[in-house]
Amino acid sequence: MDSFFQNIVNALQWGSFYALIALGYSMVYGILMLFNFAHGDIFMVGAYLGFFVAAGLLSLATMGILAIPNWLVLLLTVLIAMALNSIVGVLVERIGYRPLRDAPRASAAITGLMIGIILETGNLAILGAQRLSFPSLIETQTYTIGGVAVTNKKIMIVAVALFLMLVLHLFITRTKWGMAMRAMAYDFAIIPLMGVPINRIAALTFGLGSALAAAAGVLYGVAYPILDPYMGILIGWKAFVAAILGGRGSILGAAFAGFLLGFIEIFTATIFPSTFRDLIAYSIILVILTFRPHGLFGEAYSARLRL
Amino acid sequence: MRKSHLLLLIALLLIATVAITACGSSGPQTIKIGINAPLTGDIPKVGEGTKFAAEMWLDDINKAGGLEVGGKKYQVELVIEDNESKADSATKANTKLITQDEVLAIVGPQSSKQAVPAGEVANNYKTPMVSPWSTNPNTTLNRPWVFRAAFLDPFQGVVDAKFISDEFGFTKAAVLYDVASDYPKGLADVFKKSWEDLHGAGSVVAFESFTTKDTDFSAQLTKIINSGAEVLFTPQYYNEVALIVQQAHELGWTGPIIGSDSWGSAETVKLCGSDCYGSFFSTHYAAAGATGATKEFIDRYNAKYGYVPDDVGALTWDSLNLLKQAIQDCGSITGDLGKDRQCVRDALANIKNFPGITGDMTFDEQGDPTKCAVIVKISDAGEFEFYKSACP
Repeated sequence: MDSFFQNIVNALQWGSFYALIALGYSMVYGILMLFNFAHGDIFMVGAYLGFFVAAGLLSLATMGILAIPNWLVLLLTVLIAMALNSIVGVLVERIGYRPLRDAPRASAAITGLMIGIILETGNLAILGAQRLSFPSLIETQTYTIGGVAVTNKKIMIVAVALFLMLVLHLFITRTKWGMAMRAMAYDFAIIPLMGVPINRIAALTFGLGSALAAAAGVLYGVAYPILDPYMGILIGWKAFVAAILGGRGSILGAAFAGFLLGFIEIFTATIFPSTFRDLIAYSIILVILTFRPHGLFGEAYSARLRL
Repeated sequence: MRKSHLLLLIALLLIATVAITACGSSGPQTIKIGINAPLTGDIPKVGEGTKFAAEMWLDDINKAGGLEVGGKKYQVELVIEDNESKADSATKANTKLITQDEVLAIVGPQSSKQAVPAGEVANNYKTPMVSPWSTNPNTTLNRPWVFRAAFLDPFQGVVDAKFISDEFGFTKAAVLYDVASDYPKGLADVFKKSWEDLHGAGSVVAFESFTTKDTDFSAQLTKIINSGAEVLFTPQYYNEVALIVQQAHELGWTGPIIGSDSWGSAETVKLCGSDCYGSFFSTHYAAAGATGATKEFIDRYNAKYGYVPDDVGALTWDSLNLLKQAIQDCGSITGDLGKDRQCVRDALANIKNFPGITGDMTFDEQGDPTKCAVIVKISDAGEFEFYKSACP
């Protein structure tokens, strides 16, 4: 029974990453009806940006120029990495996708794959194959509550992920820009005629998705402090599965499915031999999608999917 | 006139060549040993280590006035061929060494990529070959003429199982390994088998796996912790080691964590930090904390070339000394190359408990050494320290 609760804690942390990354896939699909296949690599770039920001702030701190405690370094790292990565996301949209706005969807998908490869190999060319070790910004503290080991890092990761999702939800439902995004998701042929600037909304969507990916990247660096240029591929694919599972274009669905995926992966590894973890986990998802082809929160007969 | 001069010259040269060759074979004054090393290509540092160790070895022989075989001193000549770290160049180099240079035996190539095809050549030409560094079973498999100085990867599983049992007295072990990679999988299987041979079926209480590129091991580690295991064996590469060890500690694991020679990279401690302090792993050789002949070799090498030799240098040194031992065991050099090569091969196969600087060696019927491994402890300063020698 101890291991059951322990695995819930494990799954919450693991699912946080899927959820944060899946949101980026889902938002872009909701607005522009395309899957940004470079998103996993944008997550990777976010983690690396976080690494350099953290390293920079730490060296400033040791030089005595900016004497701030480590928790503040972490907070600043998350915020700065999010800001920088949203610029990366906007650039990807401007350079990679905007020229193809009217091209067939397949072209945009292929562009996404190529941008992903460019980001990976570009990183490899600049930084080399050597893996980077994300600085340990907060001292790990393990609390044992009734046989369940919880670390301060795990609590922080899940809390920050949930907080960011709440902020995103409020942004989309309570602001004018959020309303424009929802309108665009409703119909992107008519809404621009009413004066909503499509390019700015597209850029905003990519920026938001990339900022969330950067937050995921920094948190990932805290939990799994080893960065390599190909770290975003597998987790990107899996988060893409979460976006589909949640229902294309559904924010709530993406967040929920991200956590669900974490739970399925962790618990299949617990119940079945761990060798078959992904085989069984993704077979389960295949079965779910067979019965709910539009995902858990997707709408079956709407051409446009609501945010 | 000119033409006849030229013909005359050629004829004279031919006679001279024949005379020299005849002289050479009538009374063998030198023993030729071929070195097949990657002096250029992907891993020139390996080639350099091979060459330096071989030159140091030759110096010793020369200082002693030659190699004494059956009461007679012979000069030793090393023929060093570059294999460019390529498989085809390695087979060419071996062919040249055997047929043109007529060496008695060959040391090298180092990596399995070259040693496997080059071993085929040596075996076909019936020339003894010792690969110092290759760990692929196919290098020596069903090739009576080919030997190696390194132990095979899975062999560490046997040594580690024994080391843990002797050192800690544990009876329940857990294994976490990458099922999609040959090296860890082979080691994990061998470890499980040897552990169960020692402690009975079911004594490996958790045998968990993951696939390459996974970064979250929390489900597997939770299982391992709840299985009641006393020790965790994880024969992984340095990047995974860091993640596994950190996550294990976060989930409340307090027992020792043991690894294999894939841990032996400077990156391990860099990535893993203080979480890895106090862990152990098995490997071929450890420079820090070495004693006796090993330390002597390291100090001499360091004094001569300015850096601490890695395992390639040490294994090359052992391979050459194995050959030296075999040649001396032969008793005499007849000058008939075929006969001498046969004699050296048989002597190599019969070497028992050869005291190498990387451990005592005895060859099994495949030409792989049964030898002791080195157990390294990661100290509290994050350094690799020789802990003890562990034998199967």
